Amino acid sequence: MQRRRSSKTPKQPLHVHHKSQTDLSAWRKGGKIDSEKSLQNNQSANDQKYESQEGSLELALSYFEKVQDSVALKKKSVVQRHLDVVESTALKQGLPPEGFEILLKVALSGRFADTVNTRLLKSLIPTSVIPENSVVTAVSWLCVGKCSGNIQVLFLKWLITMFDFIDHKEQLNALYGFFFFFLQDEKMCPYVCHVLYLLTRRENVKPFRIRILLDLQAKMGMQSHLQALLSLYKVFCPDQVTITLPGKMKTYFKNSEGPWKAAITAVRQRNQGISPLAQAVFLGTSRPQSRKRKWNAQLVIPASSANRLEAGREKNRLYLCGTNESFPVEQLQTFPQLLQNIHRLEFPAQMGSVLTNPLLLHYMNFVKDESIYLRLHYWMGQRLQEECTWCVVDNPCEEEFKSFLENVYKAECFLQEGFSACEEFLYKTLPLWDGVSCRSEVLKLVSWIPLSSFSDIKPYLFDPLAQLFFTSSIYFKCSVLECLKELLQNWLNCNAIQMDLEISSANTTLCGLVDAVAELVHFVGRISTVALRLENNSTLLLYFILDFYDTVCDMYLKYNLPLLIMPPAGVFYPALLSMDSVNLNQLCYIMYRYRTNLVAAKENEQSKKKILQFKFSNQTYQEYNQYLTAMVGCLWTSTAFQKDIHPQGLRMDDELLSKTAVKEIKNSFNIVYHPAMMGYSVQFLQEICPDDTTFNFKLIKGKKWDWYLEYLYNQGLKGLKVFIESSISRVSQAARSKSGNVEA
Amino acid sequence: MAEEAPEDGAARTLPSLRRLSQALPFGRSHGHLGTSGRLIVPALCSQEKADPQETAFLLRKAWTLYSVTPLYGFRRARLRDYARLLGAFIAAEKHKGLAVEVGVELDIKVALSSLADIRGSELDQAALLVQLSSRSRGSSRNSEDKPMWWGWFCSMFGDELSENVPEHFTCLPLFLSHGAESYTALVGSWFQKTFDCCFRRLAISPLNLSWMVAMWAGCKLDRAASAVELVFSVPRLAQPLDISYAIHPEDAKALWDTVQKTPGEITQEEVDVFMDCLYAHFHRHFKIHLSAAKLVKISTAIASAHCDGIVKILHSQYLPGVLMLLTELAISQIQ
Repeated sequence: MQRRRSSKTPKQPLHVHHKSQTDLSAWRKGGKIDSEKSLQNNQSANDQKYESQEGSLELALSYFEKVQDSVALKKKSVVQRHLDVVESTALKQGLPPEGFEILLKVALSGRFADTVNTRLLKSLIPTSVIPENSVVTAVSWLCVGKCSGNIQVLFLKWLITMFDFIDHKEQLNALYGFFFFFLQDEKMCPYVCHVLYLLTRRENVKPFRIRILLDLQAKMGMQSHLQALLSLYKVFCPDQVTITLPGKMKTYFKNSEGPWKAAITAVRQRNQGISPLAQAVFLGTSRPQSRKRKWNAQLVIPASSANRLEAGREKNRLYLCGTNESFPVEQLQTFPQLLQNIHRLEFPAQMGSVLTNPLLLHYMNFVKDESIYLRLHYWMGQRLQEECTWCVVDNPCEEEFKSFLENVYKAECFLQEGFSACEEFLYKTLPLWDGVSCRSEVLKLVSWIPLSSFSDIKPYLFDPLAQLFFTSSIYFKCSVLECLKELLQNWLNCNAIQMDLEISSANTTLCGLVDAVAELVHFVGRISTVALRLENNSTLLLYFILDFYDTVCDMYLKYNLPLLIMPPAGVFYPALLSMDSVNLNQLCYIMYRYRTNLVAAKENEQSKKKILQFKFSNQTYQEYNQYLTAMVGCLWTSTAFQKDIHPQGLRMDDELLSKTAVKEIKNSFNIVYHPAMMGYSVQFLQEICPDDTTFNFKLIKGKKWDWYLEYLYNQGLKGLKVFIESSISRVSQAARSKSGNVEA
Repeated sequence: MAEEAPEDGAARTLPSLRRLSQALPFGRSHGHLGTSGRLIVPALCSQEKADPQETAFLLRKAWTLYSVTPLYGFRRARLRDYARLLGAFIAAEKHKGLAVEVGVELDIKVALSSLADIRGSELDQAALLVQLSSRSRGSSRNSEDKPMWWGWFCSMFGDELSENVPEHFTCLPLFLSHGAESYTALVGSWFQKTFDCCFRRLAISPLNLSWMVAMWAGCKLDRAASAVELVFSVPRLAQPLDISYAIHPEDAKALWDTVQKTPGEITQEEVDVFMDCLYAHFHRHFKIHLSAAKLVKISTAIASAHCDGIVKILHSQYLPGVLMLLTELAISQIQ
């Protein structure tokens, strides 16, 4: 059967369009399969009806194929019947590929009255694809000129709408000259311009054509369709024609989807349900600007447009690659296009345009060319300096600057590296920064400052940040801590990659990295200690500080860096004695990770498989052990006041303790009495003995101590769990219950 | 004798120039204002003197200053093409939406040319002149086109920039324009779009203005010189108040000669002493501390300069010296 065959025959590979008017390719590909499926469904459901309809479509097509003018005039009702079939089928399912040649021929040969031709053209809706041959035949009929002007225009409109359904465009492009000739027809001109716009390739742009278009422009004045075509010509041949489009222009071609739009959508939805995105016509229009600006001070990121003046210089290289034509960056719209043309892609004339173009950022990542970075460096450096809202006095445009910084940051995240211009800008302007304007954007950019020696960047980065940190609100403090955590992670990530690449020769760089990271961690330790005091050990602040140490405690295992630094006592003790369980739980988790890292390091050291240049100093182990003693003493054995040996620790004489007149003072910080845990222990007591309202915490011992632990773990205190399981050895059940007795 | 200093500086070929400290904190080596000096008249790499006829039009015009980042992909062999493209671009911009054929005769004629003599060291590119003139519509063929806008790019001892830049980049960091700003905007945009560079207005700080006045007040001139003038603006007043301070050129030179210690080179310390003397003198007479006001303009017989970045060069002998200083300022704004 014809119809069945039709859904299988055109299995062409996905054709990449020279220019894509609408993104129909995806739908078309899927459409075939789906129409097949729906056909099967339909057949099972309503077999007869469709059988008959298909049969009648076949009949109709064969009728139109053989029809002569004389026949048509006599048997109006026959025509009517076949026309109805074609229309209803087209609107429901679309027409099969082989139908187009027949129907186009009939419509354009002027055999019928215009009403018939119009109805035929309007029902030319494809199920899958439109064969190129049918369109070529149609164009030859158009040239014969047997149909009326209205039909000519309608055909062109149809061609524009259906352009992306045509399976090939090589032969169609060969007819470029014929289409070009129709420009002279005043009525057809706008539509021909649009067709040409879709068809034009570089080789089609010839000096004589430019001249004809300019003559037309002189004759007809500024017409948007001519402007569009001319600006496309400019894209290909800027050394022959140039045009500046007025900024306010929005549409260049009148909407010619007209009568088919609804039908295409309907067929499309029936077949798959994806509505394609209509792509904007790519023209080098100046974007609308919020206000009038100086010509040389636009934060507007330039549009991607190729610089064809450069083409000459690059030509030799391109010939080597086996192509003689480069791919204009204006036409780069999709990732597959990038992959197919990556060997012949031109960079935009203004490198700044890569910032907002992810495809070009991909390409930039691929082509490691110094000049790319240098061009970007100069452009970005000047823009940042000139528009910086806290350095330039008369600059009210903070919103624009913010979004510019945001774009820069996004590009940095994409490329996973900081821009040198941005780095210099931050060094220059951070000492002047008020900490308010563009706060989050600036801090985000700080996180991409590349690794450098601490003493070098201290006066430009860390000193001004510290100054603002101490004098600003708690929220600013938290943002700074977060940004420094990002900075640390970026340093660690970048260097983890580098170390993989150059394992053996990395000694010196590794040394530098270790020093810089150590300095950064110490810096954060210092400011955190002070900030906790300034903010009365705020829970929020502590949360951000511990979040930073969450990265620090895992540097050895996660990033392969031979460095572990314990938090200073000014951070550790406030966390240990904090009033909320989230931070205490986090501290437990961090201590557990420190332990895991230190154990792994020790094992590596002992196995001596690798000769380590770096050994953790004994001081780190010592510090860890001191903290651990304090923690276990606090949370578990209730001996912190006696056993804590850290100089800044909790150790206190019994005499002094007794003066506080607090009962059971030794227990005050174990997992039952700890202020951060009190809520849990109260709730636990309520659950195990709901009648008792005296809150006898002493009940939590022995077996109930174990239950209590389980209860805490179930409440989500996973950090506490891993800490207790790893760091507290519980000899046996009996011993535990005994010790539990003693402790509780 | 201190009077010989400028000539001495002109005759010597110094191996390298130490320059003003840059805004960049580190990464590149920089001298410091306190320790480094400037030359008044540099030795040009082309020993023959610049043709005064060719550069005469550069004198006695008020030039607006810009800094320009290195041009990417600029080729001097294509100046003629560039002129055609720039001409078409200007026409297209003036009639937005109207396509213009490249190469046809247009209302505005664009000419690009090299000023071979305007360069300092071996690394400097020759200056590039852009000239716009309106085509005479008259029937007579001999009637000259009327020049209406000038702009030129130059680099005078811009080694610090040019030695660090890879091929395909052309360093002409200083741009000077004279004529309607709308044309500056058109030409500038075209260069920005075509050679991926950035133009920025080059303002001159009061500190640099004081350098200029000190450097140029001490220069020896053949003909009778005009007065040295400093214009100060008093900040934060309801009514703008400018104070003009004119000094007889010989007095200024005599003062400078007593201040200057190292012949041929000037240090920040000397500049400070010179300015302090002028301030003290003014205070003695008018009881006004000029140091509290902002120096906005200086004029000497060599050149005059306004803090907005407008310069007028008056003496061809000192053209290279002035351009060297301005190049230095432009480079420090780029880096």
